[in-house]
Amino acid sequence: MSINLKPNVPDGPLAQKWDRHKFDLKLVNPANKRKHTIIMVGSGLAGGSAAATLGELGYNVHCFCYQDSPRRAHSIAAQGGINAAKNYPNDGDSIWRLFYDTVKGGDFRSREANVYRLAQVSVNIIDQCVAQGVPFAREYGGLLANRSFGGAQVSRTFYARGQTGQQLLLGAYSALERQIAAGKVTMHSRSEMLDLIVIDGQARGIVTRDMVTGKIETWFGDAVVLGTGGYGNVFYLSTNAKGCNVTAAYRAYKRGAAFANPCFTQIHPTCIPVAGDHQSKLTLMSESLRNDGRVWVPKKKGDTRAPGAIPEAERDYYLERKYPSFGNLAPRDISSRSAKEVCDEGRGVGPGGRGVYLDFADAISRLGEDTIRERYGNLFEMYERITDENPYKVPMRIYPAVHYTMGGLWVDYNLMGTIDGLFVIGEANFSDHGANRLGASALMQGLADGYFVLPYTIGNYIATRKFATVDGTHPEARAVVGQVGDRIARLLAVQGTRTVDSFHRELGLLLWEHCGMARNAEGLRAALARIPELRAEFWRDVKVLGTGEELNQSLEKAGRVADYMEFAELMCRDALEREESCGGHFRTEYQTPDGEAKRDDARFAHVAAWEYTGDDTPPVRHVEPLHYENIELATRSYK
Amino acid sequence: MSTPLGFARSTVGRKVIMALTGLLLVGFVTGHVAGNLLVFKGPGMLNAYGALLKSSAVVLWTVRLVMLTAVGLHVWAALTLIRLNQVSRPVAYTKQVPQASTLAARLMRAGGILLLVFIVFHLLHFTTGTIHPGYTFSETDVYSNVVSSFQVPWVALFYILAMVALLAHLSHGIWSFFQTMGWNHPRFNTARRVFATVLALIVSLGFIAIPSAILGGMLR
Amino acid sequence: MNLTLHVWRQPGAGAPGRLVRYEARDVSPDMSFLEMLDVVNEGLIGKGEAPIAFDHDCREGICGSCGVMINGVAHGPMAGTATCQLHMRSFKDGDEIVIEPWRARAFPVLRDLIVDRSPLDRIIQAGGYISIATGNAPDAHTILVPKEDAESAMDAAQCIGCGACVAACPNASAMLFTAAKVSHLGLLPQGQPERDRRAVRMVTQMDLEGFGGCTNYGECTAACPKGISLETIARMNRDYRVASLRARPESTAAAGP
Ligand SMILES: Cc1cc2nc3c(=O)[nH]c(=O)nc-3n(C[C@H](O)[C@H](O)[C@H](O)COP(=O)(O)OP(=O)(O)OC[C@H]3O[C@@H](n4cnc5c(N)ncnc54)[C@H](O)[C@@H]3O)c2cc1C
Ligand code: HEM
Ligand code: HEM
Ligand code: SF4
Ligand code: F3S
Ligand code: FES
Repeated sequence: MSINLKPNVPDGPLAQKWDRHKFDLKLVNPANKRKHTIIMVGSGLAGGSAAATLGELGYNVHCFCYQDSPRRAHSIAAQGGINAAKNYPNDGDSIWRLFYDTVKGGDFRSREANVYRLAQVSVNIIDQCVAQGVPFAREYGGLLANRSFGGAQVSRTFYARGQTGQQLLLGAYSALERQIAAGKVTMHSRSEMLDLIVIDGQARGIVTRDMVTGKIETWFGDAVVLGTGGYGNVFYLSTNAKGCNVTAAYRAYKRGAAFANPCFTQIHPTCIPVAGDHQSKLTLMSESLRNDGRVWVPKKKGDTRAPGAIPEAERDYYLERKYPSFGNLAPRDISSRSAKEVCDEGRGVGPGGRGVYLDFADAISRLGEDTIRERYGNLFEMYERITDENPYKVPMRIYPAVHYTMGGLWVDYNLMGTIDGLFVIGEANFSDHGANRLGASALMQGLADGYFVLPYTIGNYIATRKFATVDGTHPEARAVVGQVGDRIARLLAVQGTRTVDSFHRELGLLLWEHCGMARNAEGLRAALARIPELRAEFWRDVKVLGTGEELNQSLEKAGRVADYMEFAELMCRDALEREESCGGHFRTEYQTPDGEAKRDDARFAHVAAWEYTGDDTPPVRHVEPLHYENIELATRSYK
Repeated sequence: MSTPLGFARSTVGRKVIMALTGLLLVGFVTGHVAGNLLVFKGPGMLNAYGALLKSSAVVLWTVRLVMLTAVGLHVWAALTLIRLNQVSRPVAYTKQVPQASTLAARLMRAGGILLLVFIVFHLLHFTTGTIHPGYTFSETDVYSNVVSSFQVPWVALFYILAMVALLAHLSHGIWSFFQTMGWNHPRFNTARRVFATVLALIVSLGFIAIPSAILGGMLR
Repeated sequence: MNLTLHVWRQPGAGAPGRLVRYEARDVSPDMSFLEMLDVVNEGLIGKGEAPIAFDHDCREGICGSCGVMINGVAHGPMAGTATCQLHMRSFKDGDEIVIEPWRARAFPVLRDLIVDRSPLDRIIQAGGYISIATGNAPDAHTILVPKEDAESAMDAAQCIGCGACVAACPNASAMLFTAAKVSHLGLLPQGQPERDRRAVRMVTQMDLEGFGGCTNYGECTAACPKGISLETIARMNRDYRVASLRARPESTAAAGP
């Protein structure tokens, strides 16, 4: 089985591609829509908005999520905001600029046409959400407020206090619940997708485990959509929710879906540093803090004085020094890496020297404590709650943490993967952010995919294909169900000595060390040598108690970690093969004398999509070349 | 389901019924306490007042009917809600520590029931005269009824106890009334508390004054 | 520090449960409450005992998955804080901690500290939305929202759906949760067309789910990690009353429990 990476980008001028394409897409007549069932895995911004919209259109939708309610998808945690090219502030924004910023921010590793479409529909998203009742921040005149966000020089970010993701998700969730009440969407909460069913080359169904009863079930439809989020938890410690996993995407990969750019992971510069080895997850401090906070470390190594005791002259505001025009607002990958550098130099602060200061003293003296409280009150509270330090008095301590994964299942312009009928939306696909995502762009992408792109493209797929009726008795379905059952049985049978978490921790540290903020061939090879051993130990020594026929949280974790154990290898492979530095992927061998990322457009201006060939044979790396017809590749500079 | 029946069946609707009838009851007791305090002005005044109340059978019976339905509805709403709230948590917590609720709020149920018992007793006591421990009941001489009955300590004490229940009931009830009717506004919330407590105090202390005075021998 | 836990263990829905005593040794004050439970669980697994099951996901106080009664207080001693954001520095060496699941007829226990909160979703299904389909929206700026209204709506919209209000209410009433959503949408111009219908339907569904009624105890607000105020309940009482008086009877096919 060889895969086809045809991007299916419509021709014509960039600005007209999407409109033309929408016209060319075949439609499903309303009476027929109700004859088609769509399997939607995920209820986040992407899955939730898509499920609701498809329900509104008349399709029968089965929607799945592992939480007890679709409202809890991890999109809920997004704080900062969502971008849109509304240009309300009249500060020179435009669809073109948002498009350009996104491609540039992604270090020229994303597909022009997709990104342009994203910028185009961004404006509809805001309209849609406002009409749903999302309480965005307002000016006194009653109009929407905007703020500027990392990596952009215009104010195009819409926000609802520090809870933008929550409010947007609740908007999508309310639309979804409305369709559930209308009987168009059937919601399956506490159900985890454990495998994909592909029949005659078409994705036709999934296998799920009811997380309360343990029942293994099959679900069939004419198309399967994955909106299952990112895989940042492969690092164990990340800003993702504990349940976030790669399982759905990875299972699809093993069934023939190409996995694109797995090594493109984003490290967020402003998170609360690790406090101890009990740490179970890391908490993000919205990047918006960087609008008023100044990042610094002591000039001299191992300076253990209290921050207040260090005079201005002995402080190094390294972002302002290195990137005068963007200063503290330099893009995430750059700020994160700079933080790592100063800590590696031994100038880090706080326990273990793994932290830098984010100082609001100037802002407070300039704007007053009240203004700062109004802007960041809830973030400051959260910080104090976790660290027991008062950021109004002492500077915050922050350190980068894994936050977002640009890589994901490969999709074409229609968001369809390399398996017919398998669509992938939101963070789960690789599409729009290239090698680095700009702040406030993931919410935009999730909703763009779900509300405005997938509903069109999936219709075309359904209108142009024939569908044999299939059910659980189909031999292929039987086989997949069998494999899922065996895997669970194997996990329970090991009865070793180590807990799932201890393995996950070890894997995470290994990746953070060798495939984190900075990577190099040597480290990656070491990781590639170690991971298979660790995986073997896992299968030999993991201890999962209980049975499969009950609510069993260790079993759930075990299944996810087992997939991470395999997926981690794919990440490192991808990182090793990409012999350049771009965006979130920084290879220490490839940098300019002053430590900036050095892209190699001649060899790597492409998407790397991996094909699974078997457990014992290495995956095959395919490439989708990236053509830039409308903007020329420039070296990213934020100086 | 916004039919009158649906409204009365819903928990919120029943609270509104309880609030409105409660309001009537508050109105009644306020007037009642004022009238009863005439006892301090001597037999003449109180008996005249009593006579006045009874002067027009029509007015009297309409008032009685209104009050009776009010109490009836109030109690019906109260008892059905109490029942619902009891079954809504079949398994109790081993430990639960109140964080915000006032004692008055928590006494609402018990106090209410006590008031019910009181009202029944009270009607048989002073209105119909069916029970008249330790004295002879007179249709016309309200004053002597009151005075002679409260010279019996346990009667007086029972009344005082009931009035304490009334204090608690009103201090939460009157505040709660506004909340139930949807009149909650940061601007008026403190005033609301004060008003409820003060009115509750005036009414109940006014009532309490009577049996205490008689027990203390100030009135005879 | 060392703590003694008394945790509710119940193998499954309907099965009998009981409080079981555990020793939590050298707990760091920097741990979150759930991290403390993680550590206890690692120990239990080591001993071959089933780990304590509890709901959690984001661990930053926003998804609403977590939530247990800690010493008789929903989400524990720290006001305005979800269980996952509670840190062990709120306790001291030698403390005894009783940990129980949310208890309400409408929230049956599924296992240990995990309960079924799906009634909250059905309350939203009954009317917790604005009925517009994707693509029908006018330009965002055509709808003016006074800043104060946007702020009050946001205050109510912050509800994370954790169910602590139900857990803390002596009547196991879901008034605060329901009122938060009714307020959020009722305060915005976009929410006006359906305001009456929404209030009536959501209250009706809330009652159908078997929650208790509100007698204005105010425990819910105290327990709410987002400090949703009693004002929202008053607002819903008013909306429901007004709606019942003026709305024409409609046959709501409210989603059954
Ligand atoms: C702390 C934090 C802050 C952020 N802040 C911002 C921001 O300010 N602006 C911005 O633009 N972006 C932000 N992001 C990124 C953004 O929130 C996410 O990329 C985006 O919300 C992902 O949405 P999604 O719908 O693709 O996935 P999710 O919201 O993660 O949803 C995944 C869904 O899939 C389901 N699921 C997953 N696996 C399975 C399975 N195996 N079986 C069944 N169901 C499954 C889950 O139940 C869930 O419903 C932030 C991310 C984090 C972690
Ligand atoms: C010390 C306290 C009280 C005293 C001395 C008192 C006295 C009386 C008297 C003398 C009557 C008979 C009036 C008459 O028939 O002419 C009466 C009637 C009544 N009282 Fe009270 N009362 C007291 C408290 C209360 C309270 C607290 C309530 C209500 C909760 C109450 C409710 C009534 C009612 C409903 C009647 C019947 C009125 C009627 O004739 O229809 N009383 N009371
Ligand atoms: C006769 C027996 C009575 C019973 C069983 C009873 C019971 C109750 C109960 C259970 C409540 C609900 C508490 C709450 O919702 O906050 C209540 C509320 C109230 N009661 Fe009573 N009560 C009785 C008599 C009275 C009397 C005599 C008065 C006035 C003098 C009164 C005035 C009120 C008021 C004002 C409220 C507040 C309604 C609201 O909460 O909105 N009640 N009562
Ligand atoms: S109102 Fe508060 S306590 Fe109740 S569910 Fe919402 S957030 Fe939780
Ligand atoms: S605690 Fe319960 S009684 Fe009402 S005010 Fe809150 S719901
Ligand atoms: S785990 Fe998400 S709110 Fe606590």
